[in-house]
Amino acid sequence: MNWISNYVRPKIGSLFNRREVPENLWTKCDECGSMLFHRELAENQNVCTQCGNHMPITPRARFRALFDGGAFTEIPVTAPTPDPLQFRDQKKYPDRLRAAQRETGEKEAMLVVQGEIGRVPVVAAGQDFTFMAGSMGMYVGNAILAAATRAVERRCPLVLFSAAGGARMQEGILSLMQMPRTTVAVEMLKEAGLPYIVILTHPTTGGVTASYAMLGDVHIAEPGALICFAGPRVIEQTIREKLPEGFQRAEYLLDHGMLDRVTDRRHQREELTVILRMLLGLDPAVQADLPPPVLSNAAAVATQPAASAER
Amino acid sequence: MTQYLDFEKQLADLEGKAEELRAMAERDDDVDEQARALDQKAKQRLQTLYKNLTPWQKCQVARHPDRPHCRDYVRDLFTEYTPLAGDRNFADDHAVMGGLARLDGRAVVIIGHEKGNDTKSRLEHNFGMARPEGYRKAIRLMDLADRFGLPVITLIDTPGAYPGKGAEERGQSEAIARSTQRCLRLGVPMVSVIVGEGGSGGAVAFATANRVAMLEHSVYSVISPEGCASILWKDAEKMREAAEALRLTAQDLKRLGVIDRIIAEPVGGAQRDGRAAVAAVGEALTDLLGGFAGMDPAAIRAERRQKFVAMGAKGLAA
Ligand SMILES: [Zn+2]
Repeated sequence: MNWISNYVRPKIGSLFNRREVPENLWTKCDECGSMLFHRELAENQNVCTQCGNHMPITPRARFRALFDGGAFTEIPVTAPTPDPLQFRDQKKYPDRLRAAQRETGEKEAMLVVQGEIGRVPVVAAGQDFTFMAGSMGMYVGNAILAAATRAVERRCPLVLFSAAGGARMQEGILSLMQMPRTTVAVEMLKEAGLPYIVILTHPTTGGVTASYAMLGDVHIAEPGALICFAGPRVIEQTIREKLPEGFQRAEYLLDHGMLDRVTDRRHQREELTVILRMLLGLDPAVQADLPPPVLSNAAAVATQPAASAER
Repeated sequence: MTQYLDFEKQLADLEGKAEELRAMAERDDDVDEQARALDQKAKQRLQTLYKNLTPWQKCQVARHPDRPHCRDYVRDLFTEYTPLAGDRNFADDHAVMGGLARLDGRAVVIIGHEKGNDTKSRLEHNFGMARPEGYRKAIRLMDLADRFGLPVITLIDTPGAYPGKGAEERGQSEAIARSTQRCLRLGVPMVSVIVGEGGSGGAVAFATANRVAMLEHSVYSVISPEGCASILWKDAEKMREAAEALRLTAQDLKRLGVIDRIIAEPVGGAQRDGRAAVAAVGEALTDLLGGFAGMDPAAIRAERRQKFVAMGAKGLAA
């Protein structure tokens, strides 16, 4: 059953209007207040050209910059039973989901793809904070299992970009059960002897941090990213004191031994190439903007909208 | 003295009156009869009340201070309990107790949350909220169990992981993730029982087991109803609605296929007859562990993994 695409399938026109960068708009950087030309910001992977502030980026835009020639193919993810708990709060869960699908043009909070990075075939999974705060439910669990399964089949590494405001509360206990489920995916990679690299982006919190995001062979975080289990507000309410500046930010976690590196988004492609090629016993790569791989089965291009992918 | 919950007010009145009458009854047969009638009425009321507990009422029952705690189970069900302490890194976490013990004569590793039962012991046990050291102690005990082929039993009763500064600094997330991972790697059978509150990541880190059972009025949830209400309803007072929506009762979790068994509680809940509740859990543990006789480590591991991978696929239709 293909229920999600039945609901979402947006008009191609409207999708492109939302996705393509309008030329006449500016964004203000939260950090330094600079007015940034949209196109300029997009070309810089949503990193402020003035102060280096890392703004949110969709997995699709991230992957365009990450893969050789900007080319990648989507890996299908099994659609879970819709609204498994028949959850009722002030809005119906299916309505919230549909609204998120309309706003983002994506099916759910994680995009799984394959492509090449520095000529290394890689499976990548990107969590989408713009989709219901990247919250982890059955779909995200299925996505990570699909990513690990494909990586094992193709004997290639998995690179995972985490971003989540927390649990998908509307899936209640099933959201919690994604912690063991996604850990099974990590175990599949470990047993197959394949590298599993986690790139923690702003924000990575709750059950996501306490499962697959903290079980990588290498942990890289984006500068300034909030990374925690319990959020700062909850902690301040519990201990009734003000937390120090920079608490639970990437640099703080690096200092406390929870991360290997904090790496600017614009250097991640190069760094992943170096690390992956060493872990896989390959020679150093020629650092350059590589064209897309000449593989007939990697024909799908980055701009292909999610809803039209065959599932 | 019985501690009553807010929804037990009428019951408290009935039982109180019966008590008063009985005090007078020594001198008067007539009064004694009235007292017995009231007792009967109270008993029926208790039965009906506990047959129809709402999810929020179950949360209150699950948190009841008079329910048996981990140490009661350990004392009554196991012999030769030998506590083992420390994570070999930083500290011994008193919210988590564990060690070697025998169940029906068979050596096992037991791990559980201990909440404490008065102000002093509650503070000492941090209200059953583990810090990173608690998960790391559990990992160490699971290593031991695996090396020597001992089954692992966990008793879950925690509001959740401790939201403190030090806990975050010392890698609470990593500790929880590793503990879940350690559960998944065990080549020995693992059986968990949620005996009170199964609070979020703090619970699942100890409950990624081959079999998970719940006491009839215990709860298991991704977030407390109060927390969920304040996020989705923007009003922590909507905890009744949130408890309803979250499907956190043993009955709903069984339907969802998240747990394998419901262990019946004595009438009026485990807090009214701790011994009976403890005995029921003991029987369930023996029975559930018995199911793994003769299974080799790889099969036990594969079975556990497969169970979690398949979990949730059918929603409430499971
Ligand atoms: Zn800036």
